[in-house]
Amino acid sequence: MNVMIPSPLLSYTGRTWVEASGDTVGAVLDDLDRRYPGIRFRMIDEQDRVRRHIRFFVNGEQVFDLAWPLAPDDELVIVQALSGG
Amino acid sequence: MAAGKGERSAGAGARRRAGRGGRGAPGRGVSLLVATRKGAWLFHGDVARRAWRVDGPHFHGHIVNHLVLDPRDGRTLLAAAKTGHLGPTVFRSADRGRTWTEAARPPAFAKAADGTGRAVDHTFWLTPGHASQPGVWYAGTSPQGLFRSDDGGVTWSPFSPVNEDPRYREWMGTVQDGTPDGPKLHSIIVDPRDPAHLYFAMSGGGVHESTDGGRTFAPLVKGLAVVEGFDPANVTFHDPHCVRLAPANPDRLYQQNHCGIYRIDRPSDEWVRIGAAMPKRVGDIGFPMVVHPRDADTAWVFPMDGSTVWPRTSPGGKPAAYVTRNAGRSWRRLDAGLPREQAWWTVKRQAMTADAGDPVGLYFGTTSGELWASRDEGARWRCIARHLPEIYAVEAVAAQ
Repeated sequence: MNVMIPSPLLSYTGRTWVEASGDTVGAVLDDLDRRYPGIRFRMIDEQDRVRRHIRFFVNGEQVFDLAWPLAPDDELVIVQALSGG
Repeated sequence: MAAGKGERSAGAGARRRAGRGGRGAPGRGVSLLVATRKGAWLFHGDVARRAWRVDGPHFHGHIVNHLVLDPRDGRTLLAAAKTGHLGPTVFRSADRGRTWTEAARPPAFAKAADGTGRAVDHTFWLTPGHASQPGVWYAGTSPQGLFRSDDGGVTWSPFSPVNEDPRYREWMGTVQDGTPDGPKLHSIIVDPRDPAHLYFAMSGGGVHESTDGGRTFAPLVKGLAVVEGFDPANVTFHDPHCVRLAPANPDRLYQQNHCGIYRIDRPSDEWVRIGAAMPKRVGDIGFPMVVHPRDADTAWVFPMDGSTVWPRTSPGGKPAAYVTRNAGRSWRRLDAGLPREQAWWTVKRQAMTADAGDPVGLYFGTTSGELWASRDEGARWRCIARHLPEIYAVEAVAAQ
């Protein structure tokens, strides 16, 4: 499926839209990490909690659960919220 | 990605030859590794330590808490980094910063089955392992955790039981008990005579020692004061800011604590408050602690205002370093060249260091983004860079 990468993580992918596969949000993130080593830990901590400023949208709807099921033609948009100075 | 004359020269017999990546060797020039809130910079000095060439920013926009050179190979650099919004990582360079790669497995706590486990917010402190253990590094994190790498910083694992030990977890307190940007494990020290003899400190949570290579640690807090009204017998309340071993006498450690300046001479297990001899109007509160590379009686501090609401600025807006030449019996103010008034910055715990020159060069970075240097052990200071982001750490190494 198509995955949109936020600009702070472009140093890993080199482009905004990338391909990844998996039947859940978590599985897609695992696949992203295989393709772009290190990218998952910047978004998900070692307790499998989504980091504070990371948001996931599936087909435009925000999801909070890494077990959220995905279909091959879904679109995953990863957003990094900004705050602070 | 991307000297004038010193006040005293150290005895030649005590002089150590700096290694390939030592703290800065006479005749070769010095490089400064500067970690800031918005990236890292390298400043390369000429042999006289007068002219400086800037290289950076590296990791522009990243919060870099520590940038450290491996003294065993003189070329491997590790940077503890994160951004305000992404998880923490460690970057590694095998060519002194020309190219960087990310650690394959940055420091991270073990996953807890019940979902209550801790997560590393940032790696705060990096210490190369013993000279006999190439590739070994130690890292301290926020919240407090101790980690080790055996492969030069590529992969990291929790090290020793302290991270999960119930007693240590109690002494670490909660995130609310720590410093404003998170409680930290820092001041990881490897005894140069024995790789199994280790120290670390926690803000908060006290100073700790291992003599068995990290399998067990025990508190080393006797003699240290805590904030009035708290019980010094409770390790939780101890807040060491910076602990440094004296290279010329590894049985001696100095400490800048939340509650004063201390020295300990092992095998004694009791710290002695040596800050009592500081001027009362300045006090003995601060963050950094620097020890002379060849004279264990000489150490420097950079006091800050720890009164009332803890402004954490220079006392009275008049910054100064202080030096002791007699192991803390007396202190002398070193402010020549520094602003005389209205300078409300201070120096954080990793942001002051010494090179191995003779006389010793001293360097510090400020919370206002200035980098200052002295070629004569603090007798006179000169600002060598302005307008950097807030400086978190400064390390001096021998130029390549």
